[in-house]
Amino acid sequence: MPLLHRLTETEREPIAFVLDGRPAHALAGDTVLTAVLTQGERLRQSEFSAEPRAGFCLMGACQDCWVRNESGARFRACSTFVEGGMRLLTGALA
Amino acid sequence: MSGLQVVVIGAGPAGVRAAEALVAHGQRPVVVDEAPRWGGQIYRQPPPNFKRAKRLLYGFETGRAEGVHGAMAGIVERIDYRPDTLVWNAREGELDLLHRGRSTTLPYRRLIIASGATDRVLPFPGWTLPGVYSLGAAQVALKAQGCAIGSRVVFAGTGPLLYLVAYQYAKAGATVAAVLDSARLGDKLAALPALLRQPAVLAKGLYYRAWLQAHGVAVHEGAAPLQALGSQRVEGLRWRDGPREQQLACDAIGFGHALRSETQLADLLGCSHAFEPLQRAHLPQRDAAGRSSVASVYLAGDGAGIMGADAAEWAGERAALALLEDAGVTVDGTRAHVLEQRLARVATFRRGLERAFPFPVDWAANVPDDLLICRCEEISAGELRAAVRDTGATELNRLKALTRVGMGRCQGRTCGVAAAEILAHASGLPIDAVGRLRGQAPVKPIPFSAGAA
Amino acid sequence: MSIERISTDVAIIGGGIAGASAALFLRRRGLGVVLLERDLCGSRSSGVNYGGVRRQARPLNQLPLSQRAHGLWGRLRELIGIDGEYVRSGHLKLARSEADLAALEAYRELTRDSGLGLQMLSGAAFRTRCPWLGERAIGGSLCPDDGHANPRLVSPAFARSAQRLGADIREQTPVLEAGHDGQRFVLRAGGSLEVRSEFLLNCAGAWAGPIAAMFGEPVPLTAGHPAMTVTEPLPMFIDLNLGVEGGGIYARQVARGNCVIGGGDGYALDVSRARAGSGAILAILQQAGELLPALRHAHVIRSWSGTEGYLPDRQPVLGPSATTPGLIHGFGFCGAGFQLGPAVGEVLAELVCDGRTSTPIAAFSIARHTSAVPIPA
Repeated sequence: MPLLHRLTETEREPIAFVLDGRPAHALAGDTVLTAVLTQGERLRQSEFSAEPRAGFCLMGACQDCWVRNESGARFRACSTFVEGGMRLLTGALA
Repeated sequence: MSGLQVVVIGAGPAGVRAAEALVAHGQRPVVVDEAPRWGGQIYRQPPPNFKRAKRLLYGFETGRAEGVHGAMAGIVERIDYRPDTLVWNAREGELDLLHRGRSTTLPYRRLIIASGATDRVLPFPGWTLPGVYSLGAAQVALKAQGCAIGSRVVFAGTGPLLYLVAYQYAKAGATVAAVLDSARLGDKLAALPALLRQPAVLAKGLYYRAWLQAHGVAVHEGAAPLQALGSQRVEGLRWRDGPREQQLACDAIGFGHALRSETQLADLLGCSHAFEPLQRAHLPQRDAAGRSSVASVYLAGDGAGIMGADAAEWAGERAALALLEDAGVTVDGTRAHVLEQRLARVATFRRGLERAFPFPVDWAANVPDDLLICRCEEISAGELRAAVRDTGATELNRLKALTRVGMGRCQGRTCGVAAAEILAHASGLPIDAVGRLRGQAPVKPIPFSAGAA
Repeated sequence: MSIERISTDVAIIGGGIAGASAALFLRRRGLGVVLLERDLCGSRSSGVNYGGVRRQARPLNQLPLSQRAHGLWGRLRELIGIDGEYVRSGHLKLARSEADLAALEAYRELTRDSGLGLQMLSGAAFRTRCPWLGERAIGGSLCPDDGHANPRLVSPAFARSAQRLGADIREQTPVLEAGHDGQRFVLRAGGSLEVRSEFLLNCAGAWAGPIAAMFGEPVPLTAGHPAMTVTEPLPMFIDLNLGVEGGGIYARQVARGNCVIGGGDGYALDVSRARAGSGAILAILQQAGELLPALRHAHVIRSWSGTEGYLPDRQPVLGPSATTPGLIHGFGFCGAGFQLGPAVGEVLAELVCDGRTSTPIAAFSIARHTSAVPIPA
């Protein structure tokens, strides 16, 4: 079950992106964190323990929410807005 | 840039009112802010395509939020406004900015740092599980993204923010399974005389709590989280109810113990620091007007000691007046005096808040060895205690060098308070004697693209 | 305030890796040792340097000392009780031009009998060995048994090890005055401590100049501040300690995945603290991004610098005083003292105990900086 639950502001332009190779949907104005966590339960895996992480402070301070895309580029998910066509990965790095 | 060459760092309530006062005196400051829209965290604005009325976002603070937003809207054409811009390094006369992956320098002659605050975190086992967030994060999710952090949320910790966020969630239709406040009724009663210095603020706090109880939300005092349960994400919480252990089902936890100041830039600029017992933190020193120990650097708002949003507005304006006065510009001395009087009254109220929602000073003594203190580097309380035992370390930067605590991407923002508490307890020293983590550039991660010419 | 008076065999000024390893080796020889450190042991340049543990690229006359250190690094756990993240990854000195390759070849030729085992890499073999290097690197010289370690762990561990063997280590105890009363060295330190000793070791690092001057042999010691950066943890891709011929950046990746990258100069905040500075940080980003393309999506999360002691000929001062019997110097390692540290300590201990050392150190005599005639051993 996804972590985040939309309570309001659901009448926004839909945005299609790809999450772990599968089609996903967000709304314009969602951060990458919101976009991913309204579909799933994690943003990344810890480098050290491989445990799942999903951010913590949502205000750009804790640096827990870094997410990568399929080309290797990395975003701080809570402070980056989702864009159409983003291809994001949440699993372990190769 | 014209005139006094002022830069304001931060566009929250303190930064906005500082910029407004500068503009009113004919200046054209540069205002640099990390966020895409002004308002800071407390008056954070959702993206432009969100439609909720401000009343639904800010509740009782709507008037103040609209005041701050409107003030900035009123001056934005007359300032050099730099949103989405991180100040990653600072030295005398020059700042390094990061915007869209590129670094530039910004000269200044006078600086107002209004860098704000983040949640103060005293973790509990399982806090790195998906679904566990700070109170501030829970609030941002709702305010700026229209989301709840879960479908059945527990809020824990202590402080006025605990009740405010729980109330906002319940009012927005989320299920709040429980509110666990480590403070006791006795703490709050003892604080009443001081809290009465700001009766409106006190009334709001009482209102949130009463509303929660009237709407069937369980509020427990003398209660603290023991362990977040679940394997891939939060599924429940084991918690302490006075002396008893309880367990409840939930899929999200928001917690925090008041706030901590973002002081890295003041530190880089060489501002002298002192330990403030009420804040339980080493903070850059400022006089009543906001002057730091460095001529030309002024400190306003929560970024140099938690004072609350109303006080941040007054402190921002007061710091701007001090800057102008120091530069030889005539300012309204009566207004400056009024602002300082308001700030002085707030200080008494803040003492009351600390009495009502005391910092749990026995926290470090009670956490298990396997609790992760540094979530970036996954360093446990046991590793910190072992380092103290094996090496005799008594200073926080030495502990960092030996164990890696505070060496991760967040550079100690999240773990610094907890690490200091563990160090103090393990070494038998008072909390003001173990030092503070020192700021180094970049204050937040910068990409390799920033090096491109 | 009452004065604490101590009498001992050897007083050591400075608790960096040189002074601390000297304390360790002196205790193993059974001598009484008091070590005076103004800060915390291993907290200054010994604790904040790049962490390179390499013999390659040193001036030829440092190689015997460096080779001796290499043997001690191989016994690190036995000496200090921890592995200090020391790894013999190999050290690769990169060439960006044919002229660089020629210079590296020439050095390899000169060091044929020094035990370094240097191997030249170029062309297809180089690309195969290091596919993660950018095009500007065309080859290099590899020293297979050189490597790197974590200075934050290693340097303080030398002091703790010495302390476990009975060295009297005094931290937060700056030396205020040092002299000789005709019988003994007399040191006033920390405001309430007086130490008398038969021998005095000046291992005060970048701050050793004033100590030498107190004994009438000032040296032209200047302070330098190498700029350092570190990245977030990244998947492992650099399996060598990298340097660049002719200068530039140097980089290593630790087991946890962070890349430690240095290059250029920082600046001093005051006599004991330094910073990397934005210019140096941005230059490192630019050069490292070019040399190591895999970094293009990575981030630097922290920078720092330290204070190193430099002498004009880029050689240290190591050996007996030219003015005062019993005073022995070990400082001014010009940013390359970490690898030498354990051997410096062992040599200092030999000079105290035996009056001589088997390692050639004449080139490092303090007399080359002064007009005094060195006192015969």
